[in-house]
Amino acid sequence: MPIEYYIFLCLTLFSIGVIGVLTRRNAIIVFMCIELMLNAVNLLLVAFSKMNYGAAKLISATTTAGIDAQIFVFFIMVVAAAEVSIGLAIIVMMYRNTHSIDINFLNRLKN
Amino acid sequence: MNTLEILFFALSAFAIISAIMVLISKNPIHSVLWLILVFFSISGHYILLNAQFLAIVNIIVYAGAIMVLFLFVIMLMNVKKDKEPQKQLWVKLIGVIAGGSFLTLLIALVKQNTSFQGRDVLLKEGNIGLIHPLGVALFTDYVVPFEISSVLFLSAMVGAVIIGKK
Repeated sequence: MPIEYYIFLCLTLFSIGVIGVLTRRNAIIVFMCIELMLNAVNLLLVAFSKMNYGAAKLISATTTAGIDAQIFVFFIMVVAAAEVSIGLAIIVMMYRNTHSIDINFLNRLKN
Repeated sequence: MNTLEILFFALSAFAIISAIMVLISKNPIHSVLWLILVFFSISGHYILLNAQFLAIVNIIVYAGAIMVLFLFVIMLMNVKKDKEPQKQLWVKLIGVIAGGSFLTLLIALVKQNTSFQGRDVLLKEGNIGLIHPLGVALFTDYVVPFEISSVLFLSAMVGAVIIGKK
């Protein structure tokens, strides 16, 4: 499978996430679109790791090239889990104070 | 067109359609359910790439834990679908145009880059995505980041409790 197909798929998913962040006002949906962008990047990392592994396997059959990218994806998932717990706690606190999850309500910070 | 290509295109179409449905669903609960389908199709891609450990972790952590947390928060807040204020139409249009031009620009850049041409991704072969090589690498070369991530989780837990307690 050519690497370009994977790049196009991941770019499409990432752009859908960008469009969601730009067009929705519900804070939870915006947060979910950020998760979608993280997952697109993860998929691209795994595809590149298998691309480099396939190239290195032709030289030596017992290579472990490309394993770093999969470890990196694992750590991205770890950080994303921590980020979601904090982000949802912030959204719940914001809902408790303002009774709304509209992100346009948060522009009071600029004054 | 062999079986792998058919699987790749079917999973890709499924992922993209579900991702679009996340955006255009009015009800936040439907958005969460569509996002779970996106994560399942990305796990299917991982299995196609023989990254079995990441496929399982993706299902357990993302579709299992994070999305249930999202559903829990949405049901806790009892958000009505007509209560969400919409952006003005021209703001939405500008957002879609900006995202579309971002996508077009990146696709054009990838298309004219010669270092990607003729490179293939190894599907369904290779053992670097199995649990044993990943575990060996994680507990030898990457043991310090692994321990640091436990500190990260501890601080995230303390922060979530403090923010939530108020």
